[in-house]
Amino acid sequence: MNPVIDIRSLSFSYGTVPTLSGIDLQVAPGEFLGIVGPNAGGKSTLLKLILGLLQPQSGDLRVLERSPRAASRLLGYVPQCPSFGRDFPITVAQVVQLGRLGQGGNRWQALWPGRASGADQEVVRRALAEVEAGDIAKRQIGSLSGGQLQRVLLARALVGQPRILILDEPTANIDQRLEGEIFDLLKLLNARMTILVVSHDISFISRYVSRVACVNRTLVCHRTDAIDGAVIQELYGENVRMIAQAH
Amino acid sequence: MADFFSALSQHAFLQTTVATALLASIGCGVMGTYVVVKRIAFLAGGIAHSVLGGMGAAVYFGFDPLHGALPAAVAAALLIGWVRLHWRAQEDTLISALWAIGMAIGVLFIAKAPGYQADLMSYLFGNILLVPRESLWFMVALDVLLLTIVTAYHRQFLAVVFDEEFARLRGIPVGFFYLLLLVLVAVTVVLLIQVVGLILVLALLTLPAAVAGHYVHSLGLMMLIATLLGAVLSITGLVLSYGPDLPAGPTIILLAGAAYVVSATVTQVFDRRRARLAAAWSRSQGEIRE
Repeated sequence: MNPVIDIRSLSFSYGTVPTLSGIDLQVAPGEFLGIVGPNAGGKSTLLKLILGLLQPQSGDLRVLERSPRAASRLLGYVPQCPSFGRDFPITVAQVVQLGRLGQGGNRWQALWPGRASGADQEVVRRALAEVEAGDIAKRQIGSLSGGQLQRVLLARALVGQPRILILDEPTANIDQRLEGEIFDLLKLLNARMTILVVSHDISFISRYVSRVACVNRTLVCHRTDAIDGAVIQELYGENVRMIAQAH
Repeated sequence: MADFFSALSQHAFLQTTVATALLASIGCGVMGTYVVVKRIAFLAGGIAHSVLGGMGAAVYFGFDPLHGALPAAVAAALLIGWVRLHWRAQEDTLISALWAIGMAIGVLFIAKAPGYQADLMSYLFGNILLVPRESLWFMVALDVLLLTIVTAYHRQFLAVVFDEEFARLRGIPVGFFYLLLLVLVAVTVVLLIQVVGLILVLALLTLPAAVAGHYVHSLGLMMLIATLLGAVLSITGLVLSYGPDLPAGPTIILLAGAAYVVSATVTQVFDRRRARLAAAWSRSQGEIRE
């Protein structure tokens, strides 16, 4: 099977300092890939390149066998820190509804005038139920806790019926119990879509993902069961506090 | 106040004035809401002020200044929008520059306008009592245009105003809708210039929508309430200014400013009180548990 994401010798820099160089990565359909690495190591930049929000300076990048920008409607994205203001007057259901624009990869659907259809509303209702946020559909976005907001953003990504789900530190602002709940949910979703998730917590995600990509300007992949202290040390380049973990 | 209403039934110009205020408040409510939630009051200010360039040129070449205002406003909107989309690093400097350059061009044109010296003050601060009856149809056309586009594309506008990055990922041409939004703001500025003049436009564009935002939490409701509020404020301002013969524009703006200050203070006090009550309640719950 062809990889859903195919990256070959990709390089990117903001200005003159290289952020990513010589990246090679193939993601197979149905994979659950964790992306880890130190802060400012280029994790979020890699996601933005895959999403087509940034253009690589050199190298080749294909998503679902097309250019990233053409593929973006087939991806679901959950950002780390949402770019909207928390005081924006909008309800949870309205936020999720926006994910229906351009759904099915149809270019013209995003330009269609008029209101959301009944079918759209049904998809929104089901997605909110799936992420266990059905009861907060009418709440204002500003009144949500960090965990609730993450679920809503996940629902917004799901209503576009994505083939690949991309999450940037989905659990950065929530407590550990909720972190487990979100990853349990992702594990279920993985049955029907490929998932890429950026995390700072390698020991935590290795319980869920099938493979870990370590990004620190360059990229090295490890199978989950091969991760040990030496790998982490090599990756972060210094002593890190190891937490006992069982696979 | 009785003076005003008896005069209203007698004088056609006063009826035109009231109609002008009502037509302008539609634009003020609908586009003002977008300006407030997207926080682009500064861009709107740049568009409003640089319109003087177009009005001055129209006066110089002998056209109706209002007909110069519309193309100037649209051009300013596109230019400012382009700066915002492609030149973010120096956005504020460039927009301030366009703001001032537009005004400077206008003042030069007006100073050198042949023959009749146009009254600069009425462009800057408005003179709603002098709006000719024919302008009403022009304003109706602008309102219809505005409402048609906003109704058709409210989902796309919401997506762009709420979260540009996500809208781009969904395949929405963000640049196009952003510029369209600014052009509609420009159209609204032209509507409002007749009521309060181009310097005071910004207040009428933002204050009613901001007050509405204190009480309701959806864009549609905000637009409705801001429109009603804009109508009430401008008619009340007219009535109050009529007796003592005050200029109408500044009276309307002072009313709008007062409404905003009162509303902001009340909501602040109310929110604080609610937060205190909530804290006290959770404390008492804790004590019960212990």
